[in-house]
Amino acid sequence: MTVVDRPASARPHSAAASRAHGGDAEDAPQRVLMKGNEAIAEAAVAAGCDAYFGYPITPQAELLEWMARRMPEEGRVFVQAESELAAINMALGASAAGARVLVSSSSPGISLMAEGMSYMAGSRLPVVLVNVMRGGPGLGSIGAAQGDYLQATKGHGHGDYRVPVLGPSSISEAIDLVREAFILAERYRTPVMILADGILGQAMEPVAPTFKTLAKRQPDWILDGADHREPRVLKSLHLRPEDLEAHDIELHEVYQQIAANEIRWAGERLEDADVLLVAYGTAARVARTAVERLRDEGVRAGLFRPITLWPFPAAALREAATGARVVMAVEMSAGQMVEDVRLALEGAAPVFHHGRMGGMVPSPDGVVDTMRRVLASSEEAAR
Amino acid sequence: MELSTVIAGFGGQGILFAGKVLAQAGLLEGREVLWIPSYGPEMRGGTASCTVIIADKTIGSPIVDRADHAVVLNPPSMAKYAAVVAPGGLLVVNTTLIEAEADRDDIDVLEVPCTAVAKQAGDDKLVSVVALGALVGRRRFVEPETIHRALAVVLGDRHADMVEADMAAFDAGYEAGLEEVIA
Repeated sequence: MTVVDRPASARPHSAAASRAHGGDAEDAPQRVLMKGNEAIAEAAVAAGCDAYFGYPITPQAELLEWMARRMPEEGRVFVQAESELAAINMALGASAAGARVLVSSSSPGISLMAEGMSYMAGSRLPVVLVNVMRGGPGLGSIGAAQGDYLQATKGHGHGDYRVPVLGPSSISEAIDLVREAFILAERYRTPVMILADGILGQAMEPVAPTFKTLAKRQPDWILDGADHREPRVLKSLHLRPEDLEAHDIELHEVYQQIAANEIRWAGERLEDADVLLVAYGTAARVARTAVERLRDEGVRAGLFRPITLWPFPAAALREAATGARVVMAVEMSAGQMVEDVRLALEGAAPVFHHGRMGGMVPSPDGVVDTMRRVLASSEEAAR
Repeated sequence: MELSTVIAGFGGQGILFAGKVLAQAGLLEGREVLWIPSYGPEMRGGTASCTVIIADKTIGSPIVDRADHAVVLNPPSMAKYAAVVAPGGLLVVNTTLIEAEADRDDIDVLEVPCTAVAKQAGDDKLVSVVALGALVGRRRFVEPETIHRALAVVLGDRHADMVEADMAAFDAGYEAGLEEVIA
C-alpha cells in the first residue's frame, strides 16, 4: 500500500459526513476493501508509528498480524511480547525514548495493561491504545461488545487521571481517528484510547487506497541521552504528597484543555427530532437504521453519536435533546454510556436504555420495539 | 437502495469467500458495501456465515434482522436463516444437502442443487460460488460481469489459476438461477 500526503481534513465528524454523501466520488481513486483491524493497523503505519507492542487476542488478532508484516517492511519495531503486561511496559519505555507507539488488545488484555496505562498517564507519556472490545466480564466471549465503556472513560488503572477515548463507527472513520489519536497523544502528552468492537474489527468496508501521514515532532522531554544537556526525568512516583498534588493539578489542567478543545460528535436528523437515540460505535449504526425505521412509522427520531467518549459531548447532547420527549441510549452493554447521557441531560428529558450483552448485538427492530414501548408508556403517563 | 445478503453453510463450503466476491463486486460498481463474517468458535467445523450489504448510501446496521437475500447451503443454516428473509425477499436453497422445505409463502424460494451443480462444473468445493451465481441469476442486483471481475480481484495473483474454474461455477449457478433447475 502506498502512502501519500493529503491535505489536513476538517474535524473527523465533518470529514466522515462529506465522505458519506459521496462528494468527490468520481475523482476519487478506486477504493479497496479492508478489514477494520487491518485498516486501523495500516493507518498507524501511515501515521508514522515507530513501534508496536502486543499480544494476540480475538477479535483484534488481525491488527497484530498486519503489524507483524508491515512494521519490519518499513524498518520499524514490532514486538509480540510475552504478555500484555510486558507489551504495555515496552510501550512505556519506547514512548519515553521518543517513539510514536501503538498498542492494541481486546478487553481482557486491556485490563492487564491498566497498570501500565496509569504509569504512562502519570509520567505524561503519549501512546495510542486500541481496544477491540469483546464480551465480558472475565474472559467472556469473542463476540462484539461495548462493556468496557466505563473502564475506558472512567477507569483504566488506578489514580487521578483521564484518557481521551475515541469511538469510531465505521472503518473509514477509524482510519481518521487513529491519526487523530496520535495527534492528541502528542499534543497533550497523554495516552489516548481508540474504543472499537469486534464487529468494527472483523468487518470489511471500502476505504481510500492511501492513508494520511503525520509529520514527526521534536519533543523536548524525551530521554535520548543527556550528553550535552541537563538530565531529564520521566516518572509517576512523587513521594511527597505536596509534590504529587502539584503534579496532579498540572495533569488536570491538561484534561481541562482537552475537554475545552477536543470534543467531537456527529448527529443525524436532529433538526426536528422529538425522539433522540444516543449511541456510539457499532451500536450507532444499528441506531441509524432504527432511526430510519422509526421515521417510516412517522416517529420523528434522530441520532446523536458521541465520537469522543471522554471528553463526553455533554453540552452538544443537551442542545440536541432540547425539545425531545424521550432520549434512549443504545449500547452493546447493560447500560454504561447511558450514565453519561443522564449526567449530560440533568433531568431535562427522560432517559431510557436498550442494550444487549455478552457479545450479542442489538437489532434495529429490537431498538424500534423498545422505543415503541417507551413512547406508549409515556403517552399513558401523560393521560 | 440497500440490499442485504446472508450466506450460510458449513465451514469449508467457501461461505466467506463468496461473500467477499459479492462485496468486491458491489465496490467495483461504485457502491457502499459492508462484509462481516461470523468469527465465533462455530467456524471450527460447524456452521459459518457472512453478511454482505450493498447500498447506494451510507450503510447503517451491520446486523441484519430482515435480509433481502439468504443463501443457505446446509440444513442448520436453513433452520436458522429462512426466518430472517424479509417478506418479498429471496431464499436460495442448496437442495443437494437440504431436504426441508421453507415454511414461508411470503418470500421467493429458489431451489438449486448447488453442490451437484458445482461438481458438474468441475469442483464441488465451489458450492458457494454456484449459489452466488443462482442468487445473481434470479435477482440481478449486481452484474454478472462484475462478479467475474471481482473473482479475479479476490483470488489475486496467488490463486489466479482458480479464476477460470470459479467463473465456470458462477456461470453454471447463474444459468440455474435464470431457469430454476429442479433436481
